[in-house]
Amino acid sequence: MRLNLGLKFLSMIAALTLVAACETVPEDTGDSSGSGATSQASSTTGSTGSSTSGTVVNKVQPGSQEDLVLNVGDRAFFGFDKYNLTAEARSTVERQSAWLKANPSVTVTIEGHADERGTREYNLALGDRRATAVKNYLVTLGISSSRVASLSYGKERPVALGHNNDAWSQNRRGVMTVN
Amino acid sequence: MSNLARKGSLVLSSLFMFAAVSLPAHAELVVDITQGNIQPLPVAITDFHSATEVAGLVGQKIADVIRADLERSGLFKPIDKRAFLQKPKELQTIPVFSNWRKIDAQGLSTGLVKALPDGQLYVEFRLWDVFSEQHLMGEKLITSPTNWRRIGHKIADKIYERLTGESGYFDTRYVYVSESGPANRRVKRLAIMDQDSERHQFLTDGSNLVLTPRFSPTRQEITYLSYFNKRPRVYLLNIDTGQQEVLGEFPGMTFAPRFSPSGNQVVMTMAENGNSDIYLMDLRTRAVKRLTKHPGIDTAPSFSPDGSQITFESDRGGRQQLYVMNVDGTNPRRISFGRGNYGTPVWSPRGDLIAFTKLTGGKFSIGVMRADGSQERILTEGFHNEGPSWAPNGRVLIFFRQIPGRRKGEEDKVRLWSIDLTGYNEREVISPRDGSDPAWSPLNSE
Repeated sequence: MRLNLGLKFLSMIAALTLVAACETVPEDTGDSSGSGATSQASSTTGSTGSSTSGTVVNKVQPGSQEDLVLNVGDRAFFGFDKYNLTAEARSTVERQSAWLKANPSVTVTIEGHADERGTREYNLALGDRRATAVKNYLVTLGISSSRVASLSYGKERPVALGHNNDAWSQNRRGVMTVN
Repeated sequence: MSNLARKGSLVLSSLFMFAAVSLPAHAELVVDITQGNIQPLPVAITDFHSATEVAGLVGQKIADVIRADLERSGLFKPIDKRAFLQKPKELQTIPVFSNWRKIDAQGLSTGLVKALPDGQLYVEFRLWDVFSEQHLMGEKLITSPTNWRRIGHKIADKIYERLTGESGYFDTRYVYVSESGPANRRVKRLAIMDQDSERHQFLTDGSNLVLTPRFSPTRQEITYLSYFNKRPRVYLLNIDTGQQEVLGEFPGMTFAPRFSPSGNQVVMTMAENGNSDIYLMDLRTRAVKRLTKHPGIDTAPSFSPDGSQITFESDRGGRQQLYVMNVDGTNPRRISFGRGNYGTPVWSPRGDLIAFTKLTGGKFSIGVMRADGSQERILTEGFHNEGPSWAPNGRVLIFFRQIPGRRKGEEDKVRLWSIDLTGYNEREVISPRDGSDPAWSPLNSE
């Protein structure tokens, strides 16, 4: 895996948060509370309980959702009513692309999400735009489109429950989930 | 039975068919409903008289339904029956009008219920103008006793129609999305209930995310979005049989469905490769026609009642705004030009107005404008109001409102609300749990 040290460090923070916040990777990944490899995401996933042991990290199966969340970052974030990839989102997707190349048998779904500050139907369309933006960039980076499905949840599956800019910025996201 | 009743011919019907029992008189009693803040009209709705105790109980319950319907409309003020100076039994001939003037009743309804030998229920009711001492209308019907709620709603509709000159909306239902659980693990189920929140029933079990149910204008059918098998698609559900089917074989997500006025077509959106466009499907031939072809988001289509045009929302102009196009997709033109974003347009059954959700200044409002975009009026505004749906007479809207918990840890409330077209008479529509995406049914026809 071609991760630099800085990313590994961030991933460790994410991992420690995740141990507490996300004991199992939910099957309905629309609810995934997995954390991105950015401090913005990892600081707000509602960590309770004490962080523990690196053994959990050691058990991670390469190519699994956990592996993706811990070592790569499963999600890219978007601006309000936007679906273009920011520089930060692009670098997340680039890592995801490298990870998909390292795990060639893995297929994924990109879930597009919107914050609550839009109407239902519009947000479904916006979520589709966001999922597609991530998918298209992965394809540009050399991932076969047959490995990447997309799905919009609109505003139906927020991860942050507040009614403020911080919560909304976490909910405007494209999340990669391993099929 | 009074002389008036004998003038009419008895019409037997296994379901609901009203038979006039006397010639209608000219009304002097009229509720002017063009003004917003009207004084509700005081009416006396008496219990339906019966010679037997069992039928008498039904007679009371029917009157309760009528009183509650009329009160909820905001146009009538049913007088507490404890103030009445004549008993139901004494009202089977011409009422003593002076007794009703004493308690300021302007309209008076009287009635009779009887259990027939075959087990059917015979119901007769009359409406009187207290001040002119006129008989305004008389009707009778025969039906199954289990239909007593609908009898109440139908009579309330008759009274509403006679006194306002507009069609009623009490014998109707809502389909909506019942919600429970925390926002990040929300369970959503299709549910249906009467217009007065009674006879609530779940239509789906919550195992799949469901959104935006809409009634067929002509059949006992609902179209809605389900995430069954993680493939979000528009479905058709038969309410009576429970049978469901996915509509069409689209390569991408389909959503935002609505029936055409004939009930024979469904207009919906398909999203594919990041682009959402509007499609029309004929339910008989299953032929699909694409109506918009634009890289912007085109969604939330709604037919005009004459079937000739479709209003929808689009961000093709840079922001989410309302548009109208011909039913074949030609001549799309923008109609909303105010500040902010507009979504969820829905055409009034009368054809003159379009209701919408407006997003501006961090608030979500429900408003109406004329179909050409003029005369925009906001009816209610707040943190989050969304998704209006019209009562079949075009006078009342139902929508949903989210109220954030005020303290940390306090859960949000997501509830159904209704409001008069005038902006008055705003009230919560009670549902057992949280609710969203309400759709008003047409008037029950059977």
